[in-house]
Amino acid sequence: MNKKERANKQSLISSPYIIWVIGFTVLPLLVIFRYAFTDSNGNFTFKNVFATFDMIHMKAIIYSLGIALGCTVICVLLSYPLVMALRCLNLKKQKFTLFIFILPMWMNFILRVLAWQMILSNNGILNFVLTGIGLEPLRIANTGTALMIGVVYDYLPYMVLPIYNAISEIDEDIIEAAKDLGADGFTVFCKIIFPMSLPGLLSGIVMVFVPTMTSFVISDILGGGKVQLIGNVIEQEFTKAANWNLGSGLSVSLMIFVLISMAFTTKNDNEGKGTAIW
Amino acid sequence: MKKVGIFLIVICMLLSSVGCGNKREIVGTLTVFNYGDYIDQDMLDLFTEETGIEVKYEEALTPEEMYTKYKAGAINYDLVCSTDYMIQKLISEGELKELDMSLITNKDNIGERYWEFSKSFDPENKYTVPYFWGTLGILYDKTRVKAPVDSWGVLFNGDYAGEIIMQNSMRDTFMLALKYLGYSLNSNDENEVRQAQQLLLEQKPDVQAYLVDEARDEVVAGNAVMAVVYSGEAYLGKTYNENLEYVVPKEGSNVWLDSWGITQKCKNVEAAHKFLDFLCREDVAKTNFEYIYFSTPNDAVINSLSEEERNDETIVPSEKSTENCEVCVQTNADITELMNELWKELKSE
Repeated sequence: MNKKERANKQSLISSPYIIWVIGFTVLPLLVIFRYAFTDSNGNFTFKNVFATFDMIHMKAIIYSLGIALGCTVICVLLSYPLVMALRCLNLKKQKFTLFIFILPMWMNFILRVLAWQMILSNNGILNFVLTGIGLEPLRIANTGTALMIGVVYDYLPYMVLPIYNAISEIDEDIIEAAKDLGADGFTVFCKIIFPMSLPGLLSGIVMVFVPTMTSFVISDILGGGKVQLIGNVIEQEFTKAANWNLGSGLSVSLMIFVLISMAFTTKNDNEGKGTAIW
Repeated sequence: MKKVGIFLIVICMLLSSVGCGNKREIVGTLTVFNYGDYIDQDMLDLFTEETGIEVKYEEALTPEEMYTKYKAGAINYDLVCSTDYMIQKLISEGELKELDMSLITNKDNIGERYWEFSKSFDPENKYTVPYFWGTLGILYDKTRVKAPVDSWGVLFNGDYAGEIIMQNSMRDTFMLALKYLGYSLNSNDENEVRQAQQLLLEQKPDVQAYLVDEARDEVVAGNAVMAVVYSGEAYLGKTYNENLEYVVPKEGSNVWLDSWGITQKCKNVEAAHKFLDFLCREDVAKTNFEYIYFSTPNDAVINSLSEEERNDETIVPSEKSTENCEVCVQTNADITELMNELWKELKSE
């Protein structure tokens, strides 16, 4: 097979992918950009993109950033102990525990969020249990707290899996060598396990931070429409206000935000190990 | 074996001829555009059976989606059913044909009251025939309120802090604030709209949530004492929880009306009129009413209801309760834009 034939064959095999990318990535992006840089009469304008800096939109972006950062930090703090505990199990038990952990992800995520709504609502399961054991009922339905619980619950697996993949690749011999040289458990974690899990951690951060930043369904359901993420603003511009231009403008600036954060993490991810789920 | 074969063929022929006999010859088609699940599908079959006109049923979820699909022009719709302000938009854009009322013999079944409602968006009743209607009001748990509820004031006086569910919809929420302040819900006055927003901003800490579909369920489940809902929702809520009551506040509220019109693109105008006439017929309107349970504008159907049903505000809103009510029409473009901004500001507080 000569070179040209091989190239032809390769492009033939990749053609579905190319069609997919053109049809579902490039074209929609072009449409979004077209709307973002025009007004309702179709004239060129920067107004929609600069609208990001309006008070209301900035507020929503800052709130979204706060929720996304908070969610990411909580997910990291929850993931490490879990993964370290997993490491101590034998391989069969590890697989089984992970399986149990991922199981809820097989259900539709809206359903899972709705379940949280039932748990957290004023007459919900949580308050039923609390009053049952003689405690004061909590009022966290339709608040930022409820939203935070929802996003952490939904995105935690995306943090656990890449970190688990990275840590399970660490050679046991290295850790044993460190212990032979007198390192205690904490030093082993700081000097070996944590640095070697960095690629997984970084891809986990991207996979938790980005969807949280752009989500709108969870905040609608668990925030009771009282908290407004930038995703909600964009959704409203499209579905309610029928202002596709402004909605697209905000989406484009949000995309820039996300790109910046991606660039930051992939720069550090030079070992290319953090690609567990991508 | 051969005999069995012949026998089967005869059976098949018999069956297929029976099949033909049941159906009339198809003499035409109508493409009908309506909200999803907003007609008893059996009625479409009945219409085909009676007239030989085949009905293609196309659906949309919201008025906005309907408008977008309609304007996209991929399908030539013959008939469209939409909500007051969207019908108004279609009429103003010249999308609807004038109806020949003499072809709609059952139109007298539709009460005078509803033709009056229609006039707010179809001033001469030329373009549309009312289909279903309802009101916006407060659904509340009568065992948990301190005094009878009859005013929008209960949402704003702080008595039920944390127990109120509002509609997560700009127009509905502004509407009731405007009404409470004594203004028209179609106000085109910037100052009045700003006052309404101020009122809503002050109310926000007392609001448990802004919801749409779940508003009713939260009151049914007892998570909140009261919710702003549409009458059809309230009817369902009351069937789930008998402690619930529905009221249209005395300051007045919104009356919504879904109506049918024939589009300019309609090729078979006679058949389209036949369909509208069919929908106004008592038995058909009754079947549809029993399927959907929104308020029907068909007086013949209302008269056939039981005494109890007729006195139920959620099924047949009384003249008294709709006295101060208005139909929602399009506001000026700049007011709509301002309201959008103010709504976003309210939500981001």
